[in-house]
Amino acid sequence: MNRYGADPASIRGLVRPDCIHRDVYLDPELFDLEMARLWRNAWIYVGHDSQVPASGDFYTAQLGREPVIMVRGADSKVRVLPNRCSHKGTKLVGPVQGKCEAGVLRCPYHGWTYRLDGTLRSVPLKAGYAGVASDNADPLHGLPEVNSFNYRGFVFARLATQGVGFQEFFGDSLSSIDNMVNRSPQGRLEVAGGVLRYLHDCNWKMYVENLNDAMHPMVAHESSAGTAKRLWSSQAADAPKPMVIEQFSPFVNDYEFFEKMGVKVYPNGHSYTGVNFSIHSSYSSVGEYERRMIAAYGEDRARAILSEARHNTVYYPSLTIKGAIQAIRVARPIAVDKTIIESWTFRLVGAPEEMLARTNTYSRLINAPTSMVGHDDLHCYRAIQEGLASASSEWVSLHRNFNPAHSAGAGGTFGATNEAPMRGQYHAWAELMTRGGDAPA
Amino acid sequence: MSVTSAIELVYLEARLIDEKRFDEWYDLFTADALYWMPLSRDQPLSEAHTSLFYEDKLLLKVRIERLRHPHAYSQQQPSFCQHVLQQPAFEGEPASGLCVLRTPFVYVEAQRDRQLMLAGVVYHHLVSSSGDWRIQMKKIELLNRDAALPSIELLL
Repeated sequence: MNRYGADPASIRGLVRPDCIHRDVYLDPELFDLEMARLWRNAWIYVGHDSQVPASGDFYTAQLGREPVIMVRGADSKVRVLPNRCSHKGTKLVGPVQGKCEAGVLRCPYHGWTYRLDGTLRSVPLKAGYAGVASDNADPLHGLPEVNSFNYRGFVFARLATQGVGFQEFFGDSLSSIDNMVNRSPQGRLEVAGGVLRYLHDCNWKMYVENLNDAMHPMVAHESSAGTAKRLWSSQAADAPKPMVIEQFSPFVNDYEFFEKMGVKVYPNGHSYTGVNFSIHSSYSSVGEYERRMIAAYGEDRARAILSEARHNTVYYPSLTIKGAIQAIRVARPIAVDKTIIESWTFRLVGAPEEMLARTNTYSRLINAPTSMVGHDDLHCYRAIQEGLASASSEWVSLHRNFNPAHSAGAGGTFGATNEAPMRGQYHAWAELMTRGGDAPA
Repeated sequence: MSVTSAIELVYLEARLIDEKRFDEWYDLFTADALYWMPLSRDQPLSEAHTSLFYEDKLLLKVRIERLRHPHAYSQQQPSFCQHVLQQPAFEGEPASGLCVLRTPFVYVEAQRDRQLMLAGVVYHHLVSSSGDWRIQMKKIELLNRDAALPSIELLL
């Protein structure tokens, strides 16, 4: 049943200032429209440029439903190209990552080859195409480059050919990426440690909303973080805390802690928790790392960088980052009730390897398919997916600290238990779902 | 140290997990034991790489205690598991007081209408301790470790 596709007013009607209609999580037609509109109109995270260090290196991803190739060209520039031969539509590159043979992309079916900037290089028996060019999107034109932006190594793409520019879309929220990169004494990150891929049988938005939900950790994670804290409590107060205890324990801090950490909300659905401090603020310092930071930046600037310990930053809709520990998570929606969450970790170039071990430990403890913390988060998302089938109410509450005088799209700084980040996300959702441009219906 | 008892320990270890006799299971491991499930192929034993499990006895204790916690929400509807093991084989000659066993396995985890099936090879590094074998390292090489995996709630 097509209820929403041709009717922008019906889509806007799903988002009220203080609640949303359950269909945003449940309706397969809305999911199709999200993939065709929202995930084409927004800037979606593709990958990090350290994954393609040399000319000819590629990494493939799926943005919404569309397969793309991130490839470093002969000119060293990283481009995003459709992973689709312009001839028959064959996916050009099969493996997730690798190196192009002989510096070209070659189709496995009929052997058309493309240069690393997407232009057509050769076609077998090309004479057969003389004078018979297609009048519509001639395949001989090659692969049309996707709009992309490399922000300090983080490569984003906007599939729609027209729309909001990168800097305008993310605005000052990019300061979280800045802080993560600046934590390297050389101002450079490298993907390291492998990627954890966790299959979530829930709608992608439940995951994204949870990242700035400061009201759930002390409830959902009582059994894991609470147990870790309790088991350690019999130790002497001055006993050196293992890293895992240091990382688990703050999840069960009290409501006051989470409220006071603060949340900053930006236009277009972006936000971060941990304006004042976060669960990452009290980690033991690593002396050698601090020495290298001070040597690189000077005392004042190094302290300023390290004292900024943001919790989660949401780059709506696809990327969430933890700058303070150099870990990111990427939402890759598969179906209305199916999402893959990828967790990537980074080496701070120039920092002691101990920093990477801390990053990897956190990512494994919290984000792996084997994570005791992740299990209870996913249980709750699944429980929402199932619970919303109840017709007892069609609406989902976003009304904690709701202020009718405040526009959800305007942003601002709030106590972190405020649901302003979610209201901001749905304001952006309605906008990105109804925007014109060239997104197909 | 008998060879038979080392093989029996591998079978017993799996059985104790399947029967949720976690305290007895925990005691099979040495104080400095590592329970490790790498994330990548040919992954070195190092924290420079992320793993699916990389647990010392403290973390294993947290895991066991969490499974019993009344607010372990993902386990209020409990999961159950079943290991099916091929006969353990010695990797090289068992040295005095130390041996490594290689055991291909199938692991099934069920939670009411959901069922997850995983396969792989497990390596037990055993040391002798006051007349008994103890596990110093259990390394699990999951066949599809690079797949997008659903929650794995229990222990392989």
